[in-house]
Amino acid sequence: MMEFFTNTNLGIFLWTLGQALIVIVAILVALAFLLYADRKIWAAVQLRRGPNVVGAFGLLQSFADFIKYIFKEIVIPAGADKAVFILAPMISLVMATIAWAVIPFNEGWVVADLNVGILYIFAVSGLEVYGVIMGGWASNSKYPFLGSLRSAAQMISYEVSIGFIIVGVLLSVGSLNLTEIVMAQKSDFGLLGWFWLPHLPMVVLFFVSALAETNRPPFDLPEAESELVAGYMVEYSSTPFLLFMIGEYLAIVLMTALMSILFFGGWLSPIPGLADGLHWMVLKMLVLFFLISMVKAIVPRYRYDQLMRIGWKVFLPLSLGWVVWVALAARYEWLWGLYVRWQTGA
Amino acid sequence: MTVTAFAFYVFAISAIGAGILVVFSRNPVHSVLWLILAFISAAGLFVLMGAEFVAMLLLIVYIGAVAVLFLFVVMMLDVDFAELKASMAEYLPLGLLIGVVLLIELGLVFAHWNFAPEAAALRASPTPSPAEIANTQALGAVLYDQYVYLFEIAGLILLVAMVGAIVLTLRHRPDVKRQDVVAQMHRDPKAAVTLIDMKPGQEGRAHGFRGK
Amino acid sequence: MMSADLFTTLPEILLVLMAMAALMWGAWGPGARIAPVLLRLLAWAMILVGLGLLALGGDGAQTAFSGMFVDDFYARVVKMLVLVAAGLVLLVGEAHLGKQNLLKFEFPILVVLAVTGMMLMISAGNLIGLYMGLELQSLSLYVIAAFNRNSVRSTEAGLKYFVLGALASGLLLYGASLVYGFTGTTDFAGITQALAEGARSLGLVVGLVLILIGLAFKISAVPFHMWTPDVYQGSPTPVTAFFATAPKFAAMALIARIAFDAFGGMKIDWAPVLGVLAVLSMFVGAFAAIGQKDIKRLMAYSSIAHMGFALLGLAAGTEVGVEAMLFYMAIYVAMNLGTFAFILSMEREGQHITEIAALSNFAALAPGRALALLILLFSMAGVPPFLGFFAKLEVLKAAWQAGLTGLVIAGVIASVIGAFYYLRIVYLMYFGPETEPMESRMSPTARVVLTLSAAAMLLGAVSTFGFEDLLAAAARSLVQ
Repeated sequence: MMEFFTNTNLGIFLWTLGQALIVIVAILVALAFLLYADRKIWAAVQLRRGPNVVGAFGLLQSFADFIKYIFKEIVIPAGADKAVFILAPMISLVMATIAWAVIPFNEGWVVADLNVGILYIFAVSGLEVYGVIMGGWASNSKYPFLGSLRSAAQMISYEVSIGFIIVGVLLSVGSLNLTEIVMAQKSDFGLLGWFWLPHLPMVVLFFVSALAETNRPPFDLPEAESELVAGYMVEYSSTPFLLFMIGEYLAIVLMTALMSILFFGGWLSPIPGLADGLHWMVLKMLVLFFLISMVKAIVPRYRYDQLMRIGWKVFLPLSLGWVVWVALAARYEWLWGLYVRWQTGA
Repeated sequence: MTVTAFAFYVFAISAIGAGILVVFSRNPVHSVLWLILAFISAAGLFVLMGAEFVAMLLLIVYIGAVAVLFLFVVMMLDVDFAELKASMAEYLPLGLLIGVVLLIELGLVFAHWNFAPEAAALRASPTPSPAEIANTQALGAVLYDQYVYLFEIAGLILLVAMVGAIVLTLRHRPDVKRQDVVAQMHRDPKAAVTLIDMKPGQEGRAHGFRGK
Repeated sequence: MMSADLFTTLPEILLVLMAMAALMWGAWGPGARIAPVLLRLLAWAMILVGLGLLALGGDGAQTAFSGMFVDDFYARVVKMLVLVAAGLVLLVGEAHLGKQNLLKFEFPILVVLAVTGMMLMISAGNLIGLYMGLELQSLSLYVIAAFNRNSVRSTEAGLKYFVLGALASGLLLYGASLVYGFTGTTDFAGITQALAEGARSLGLVVGLVLILIGLAFKISAVPFHMWTPDVYQGSPTPVTAFFATAPKFAAMALIARIAFDAFGGMKIDWAPVLGVLAVLSMFVGAFAAIGQKDIKRLMAYSSIAHMGFALLGLAAGTEVGVEAMLFYMAIYVAMNLGTFAFILSMEREGQHITEIAALSNFAALAPGRALALLILLFSMAGVPPFLGFFAKLEVLKAAWQAGLTGLVIAGVIASVIGAFYYLRIVYLMYFGPETEPMESRMSPTARVVLTLSAAAMLLGAVSTFGFEDLLAAAARSLVQ
């Protein structure tokens, strides 16, 4: 039976499809509860109760919303470019979903173990911007268009600093493969061996850049309701809107996965002696998601020019300087070789 | 048909089809979107050839950055395409003539083309098979070891381009107030805000009150 | 291996690092005030690097980066001359730039980067390296041509230079790709070897000619000179002075390098091409200059004619010819430095002027400067007691020895025609009608440069103080 799945074309196809389905279903179900958690945390900070009607403690709220969105009528504005209008949310969702293909949840638990995994994620998250631009343009309306322009500029700007931060980590690892990035952090010192320690300033930068890259508050200017109503999503309703929303949340959760892989050792155990495993990865993602929710709840929205200033004038020089520092530290093995974890090459 | 061959034809057909639609689309924004599809298909073809690093760079650089700028420009510019089309008809005969001449010349070249006997071996030699060396490493070795001299000069050329663009276009307009974030953050609220005690029923002409 | 390579390219690395440090200082430092300081620092740095290069470099030859960079005595001598010329142009032009409100800190930085490009050209040992150096130089030059962005003329100059320069680069690249196709290598050493094994073919000749055309464009040899008058006239005058000196020398040195280092085995192919370029340049330069009313345009045609003479030396295809070319170019650069030091000072009511007519009766106003200019103009025209005459003589002698009798006769005729317009200015200065008076305010540096270059033209006739031996050694190291 196993031979069918590893040797024949059809078998490999089905095997991969199955793996992909497992990942997607698991993530989407988790997402429903994450959405609920997000709202609960937000409510708790504001001394509200949050969703508490559907199911026990409101646990099924997300599913109720989901069904509501599905069954509403899809409204397409008269002047809209129909094909692009429908395509935009799909791109948003698909790009956010396919990025998960290369994320390893445990050693070997990965749909596609690409040599250039991190580049793949970077490329796909770069494509997500098209969902926003196309949606804003196809709506044929002023607010969405302004929102999409803002969003495109914002996402591209922060992609640059994210890229440099990743380069810093890659210099320490010597590989673009995500599994190898995690394995490079394995040491006898548990959580002290992870990259958050040598790359500490970049962890902060990456966290903030990830918020901006995924249009999360306090950088949710593309949909700033006080000035642009809801930005590029103004004209969207029902299922297309749902797709946008799922895409957005998937991108956020992806960023938590990426952070835990790059800086917090992925599925590695923080305490020497405890077994590594999937639960550590999930736990790290949950903690990071909690932080992101808290930021949404407690930080006021930035002004657009301030956002761009931070991106280009603060984050870019800092991350670029960090790349230079890591390159030197790795090349000459400064600080007891803290920055060199090369497993391949020399 | 193997999976690879199938994938190749899918990518090839979508690349060519998208390329044709770039030219024939009536809406320029659609043209750019088709162009992006053509880029993605090309990236797929690179992956099939085992050049995954180049494929990802194509996605990141061309689609993630360059095409976004294209899209920006096309969405923002007010280009009158009817006018452009009109002038196109004017130059069409000349363009066709040049095209036909080029086609005939190419045909002649291909008809008389002789491959040198060692050409096939030479063409294959510079690239070791993907199984031997990861192509990220191979590219790195070529770019940063073998041709580091040229790489650095290319960097200098880009630096000159950047300095040139800035020096020729950047204008500091004296009539525009610029935000100085550092100065703002170090502003002392005690010096900036004065609280005045207004007695009810009086005219608002207290010292220091210059608001509207 | 790497550190040895870096050590070989140390002068270039130093210059680039200084340029980048200056850029940082200019961008983050106290702003526009430091521009003059930066300019002086970088100018003196260039001069010192140039002199140090020659003094400490010894006379050996080594290559770096697997043959892409060649550091031989020829390269060091030419680099020294280019660096000193560029440094002097900066120092002389400072006052003028300040007056025209053009003294931004980017200017000296762009000049330094351009000069770095020239040094890479001079040391090129590979077609790709050659192209990269050429582009680094050209791109910086395009920008400084348009440096006065509020003037339509300057912008036009920059744009014209850019578009035509890009065309020339395209031709050069096309030629380089043909050469690569027919020899299978881009290394000069590899090309020489392929030629020795009998790789010469029609395609290779076409490639060589296209490369020469691309480079002829950079030295503004006829028929690739169309951009020169407009760019010279439109650019700010210090930029024109720079264009007329360092880049010309570097491109000429590069032609010699590629002709002898890479295509030494195809002398019968490139010598006639250079000969034709030489004759056309000499005649077009001489005739077209006659009707000019603007002194910067006149200098443009003058430089075209001078490039013709320098090419004549190269066309001889001998060691003596290369030496004559180097000698001619060195003197050409010296004469231009002096002349432009003067042109930069031409003013009327605080405005910079460039009409030739303004020089009318100038001798009565400032006899000393008029005398210096007279010496320089006589020298450019090739009147006997001055050094310019000996430069022309050397070139013609080299061509004569190589048996290029026709070219020699053409050169003599062209130099007689060319003498006319130089002498016309002299006539105007001494015997011209009185017009509105022209002022000539010179900074001390400009005065020193003018005096020195005029004195050199005069004294050089007696002795060149070993300078000629230096150039002879340089030529020997190239031709071997």
